[in-house]
Amino acid sequence: MSARSKAPSPPAVASTGSRASAEALPTPQPGTTARRRRRLHRDAILLLVLGLPGAVALIVFQYLPLLGNVIAFQDYQPYLGLTESDWVGFANFSFLWDGNPEFLNALKNTLILTVIQTVLVFPIPLVLALLLNSLAGERLKRLLQSILYLPHFLSWVIVVAIFQQMLGNAGMLNTFLVQQDLPIVRIIGVPDLFMALITSQAIWKDAGWGTIIFLAALSRIDQEQYEASAVDGATAWQRLINITLPALKGLFILLLILRLGSSLSVGFEQIILQQGPVGLQASEVLDTWVYNNGVLGGDWGMSAAVGLVKSVVGLVLVIGANKLAHMFGERGVYQK
Amino acid sequence: MPASRSQKRPVWMEKPNPVVQVLKFVVLGVCVLLVIIPFWSIVATSIADQQTINASGGGMVMWPDGISLNAYSAVLGGGVVTRAVIISVAITVIGTLLSLATTAGLAYWLSRPGAVAARPVLFLLLGAVLFAPGIIPSYLVVKELNLLDTYASLILPVMVNAFNVIVMRAFFQDLPQELFESAAIDGASSATVLLKIVLPLSKAVLAVIGLFYAVAYWNAFFNAMLYIQSSEKWPMALVLRTYVVNQTTIGGDQVAITEALPPQLSLQMATLVIAIVPILIVYPFLQRHFAKGVMIGAVKG
Repeated sequence: MSARSKAPSPPAVASTGSRASAEALPTPQPGTTARRRRRLHRDAILLLVLGLPGAVALIVFQYLPLLGNVIAFQDYQPYLGLTESDWVGFANFSFLWDGNPEFLNALKNTLILTVIQTVLVFPIPLVLALLLNSLAGERLKRLLQSILYLPHFLSWVIVVAIFQQMLGNAGMLNTFLVQQDLPIVRIIGVPDLFMALITSQAIWKDAGWGTIIFLAALSRIDQEQYEASAVDGATAWQRLINITLPALKGLFILLLILRLGSSLSVGFEQIILQQGPVGLQASEVLDTWVYNNGVLGGDWGMSAAVGLVKSVVGLVLVIGANKLAHMFGERGVYQK
Repeated sequence: MPASRSQKRPVWMEKPNPVVQVLKFVVLGVCVLLVIIPFWSIVATSIADQQTINASGGGMVMWPDGISLNAYSAVLGGGVVTRAVIISVAITVIGTLLSLATTAGLAYWLSRPGAVAARPVLFLLLGAVLFAPGIIPSYLVVKELNLLDTYASLILPVMVNAFNVIVMRAFFQDLPQELFESAAIDGASSATVLLKIVLPLSKAVLAVIGLFYAVAYWNAFFNAMLYIQSSEKWPMALVLRTYVVNQTTIGGDQVAITEALPPQLSLQMATLVIAIVPILIVYPFLQRHFAKGVMIGAVKG
């Protein structure tokens, strides 16, 4: 932490001191304690004034929406509003038991994508981090990191646009193939390839960024362990299996738990941008279903019900996974 | 991170296997190319003239033979993209300032020992990190506040990021306590302490978090899609979706025409480049600090 090691800039402190000291230097008078208490009181209010706007924004836009979930139990009509709409009990939750085909399709796609992304997207940053970590030159490592982190900061709109320009029917790949007199490959807009496309976009955007946390953990492993084991004759592979990976176990579990919590949310922005050409059968996931059905389709109650079930399941998964981690003696996300 | 370790191979480490070494560089090289080539090609196409694009069969260009900036002057000379750029810049600047002020204020409040109601608010923050409100309820809140189709709907709902507050609070708590004590003895109010001591010492963390906010505002797509209805209020992300992702034709009405309309593809790629460039400009600054930011969050969160 650089700012901490730097000495506090003396002029700032000095000027504060000189200006305020006249009134603050205590002269033992009867009124002093009362005045001091009043000032303390005023100061507490000042502190609140500084912090309150942020706290209000947090409550209004993070916690007030929780109340909005009541429309999951209503036949919500926008022109009637929250107070006038009819209460319908659990009717909106019927998708849970009546086998709504659209919902089941969205659920299926969501679960498939979650499994693919957890199994495939998860280890890639680890492998990349191990590769980067094994590089000798510090400068080369920095350069590679800078390049690989970059896509993380682009929005999904940009990433999707880039993929279209690279892999689309008139994109770079196909332009190249045409120039070589080869048949073009259709990738964008093909329902069967949609999940592969989504997954590769997720990898392209975030695999590099994902290494950052592994690299941090790798740099904290005690180097003497490696030295000692090498002296004892362990090969590089054995050192990886027996020292590096066990040292990363806690982090791995933590990331897995966090991933579980959002396992029912897979790339909303990414998918909604590309739904048009491939159709809903291949591309609908729970989040897009909520949006298409609720905001666009006007079926507010049921969409809110799906969203509510989704949040509750996510929360239960995180808490459950955390319990499980504690049972196996790991730290997890939070302590008991 | 000990610098000496990575500079040279330690004595105990065996000589690297040349095959493994080559394989390693091939894999990393491919990864780097996968990131760089798209950028290169987009920039090349945006400055290519009509002949170059025709020569490539109407597709993307790797090496422009003739350079022309017509696409940029057309797109930036007025019209849809220009308006979107102005809107996005304004939202990014105003939003970032508001975000920094509210985040710093909240973080400062929560970092002071004995502050009123700090614990419950801290709890709310942690909750906000763990779960996000649903799409429909968030939409209803914005609607009930009459914020639909206003620029405020692009700022207020994302103004305070709980994770950033936690990072900043951790940073404030790490400042030497003696400073606060001496200031208090000198009679400085908490506002004076914030303005004269805490903020000047926290320039680094303010810069990082400000940049994170700025990138988020510039990139924001979801809220814009959800809340903005009239197309004249579109920020950059919605323009990109319409004209680049969905390939709606950019006609003469949408740009400032010079003589002939530049190739569609160049116009699209110029728009894309304009959306990417601000990120590339702040990226070096971000990069210098973000590892630190992530670490503070990971350790103290």
